[in-house]
Amino acid sequence: MENSIYLDEARDPLIIAEGWMKDGKDVAIATVVETWGSAPRPVGSHLVIDADGNFHGSVSGGCVEGAVVTEAIDVIDSGKAKMLEFGVADETAWQVGLSCGGRIKVYVERLG
Amino acid sequence: MDPYALKTLNAERRARRAAILVTDLGDGRDRIVREGDQVAGDLGAAIAKAFRTGNSGSVEAEGRTFFLNAHLPQPRLVVIGAVHISQALAPMAKIAGYPVEIIDPRTAFATPDRFPDVALHAEWPQDVLSRQPLDGYTALAAVTHDPKIDDFALKAALDANCFYIGALGSRKTHAKRVERLLALGATADQIARIHAPIGLDIGAASPAEIAVAVLAQAIHAFRSRGLESKGAVA
Repeated sequence: MENSIYLDEARDPLIIAEGWMKDGKDVAIATVVETWGSAPRPVGSHLVIDADGNFHGSVSGGCVEGAVVTEAIDVIDSGKAKMLEFGVADETAWQVGLSCGGRIKVYVERLG
Repeated sequence: MDPYALKTLNAERRARRAAILVTDLGDGRDRIVREGDQVAGDLGAAIAKAFRTGNSGSVEAEGRTFFLNAHLPQPRLVVIGAVHISQALAPMAKIAGYPVEIIDPRTAFATPDRFPDVALHAEWPQDVLSRQPLDGYTALAAVTHDPKIDDFALKAALDANCFYIGALGSRKTHAKRVERLLALGATADQIARIHAPIGLDIGAASPAEIAVAVLAQAIHAFRSRGLESKGAVA
């Protein structure tokens, strides 16, 4: 992470989400709310997703973003927030997992 | 997330003010809490801690689970004086997570050659600080020894409530500085916030050792923000 004193607006997920919202897009926000063991992104990290599957930010090192995007499109449709949990692939029902061996919990909610 | 909460949060972040997004993970409702807002009970205690540490996390309170996402501005260090101490302080502070800007109008001191990879301003502090104001998430170390350069920046740091303010010079030098700052309109309470002589007392002798002492003192000030007032309430 670079140490900019001001926001890196072109890459900041929450700034991008606000921009999408102003453009009239439907948006979901995914947030890492808990981690166990080795996790690539800290608690509080965001991935923002629009209804077309465009996304910015990260909740892992690229391991589970695909699955989060799929779930997020669901959340945009239904309006109901979801709590997702990812761990090493063979320990969970998820087809994707964290190869680093950690586990993360990701909260996915619709904006508005 | 409430669109209004997102707008408010981004506005606070753009203005370099701390804010916490509090989300009830049960029903998804959320709200923004600003630093200084009063929140009662266990939730309030957890929020105060999150402001101090900058760590996000879940908290159980009032039979509910809340997620606190703490958004603290990037703390930074502004050094008045492109001197030997600053040459050591700049890379050390950057490694510790406190990006540095150096201001010194003396062009013989403020050269890119002496300060590679540092934001360097060969200008008067009043000119730089009018463009990039100090704030509560900025530390200021004044190390020129020259009142013409240091004093304005120190007064500005007091007014901006910088989380750390240090000034190089002996107790005798500082006593004269206090008189000048009083004349500039600073209050005695404000001036008492200045760390002078600068740096933790670790017996620092060389410029690099003084830099360690200054950095450690600034980090201590950052990590103990708000603890004094909490003690006063209790």
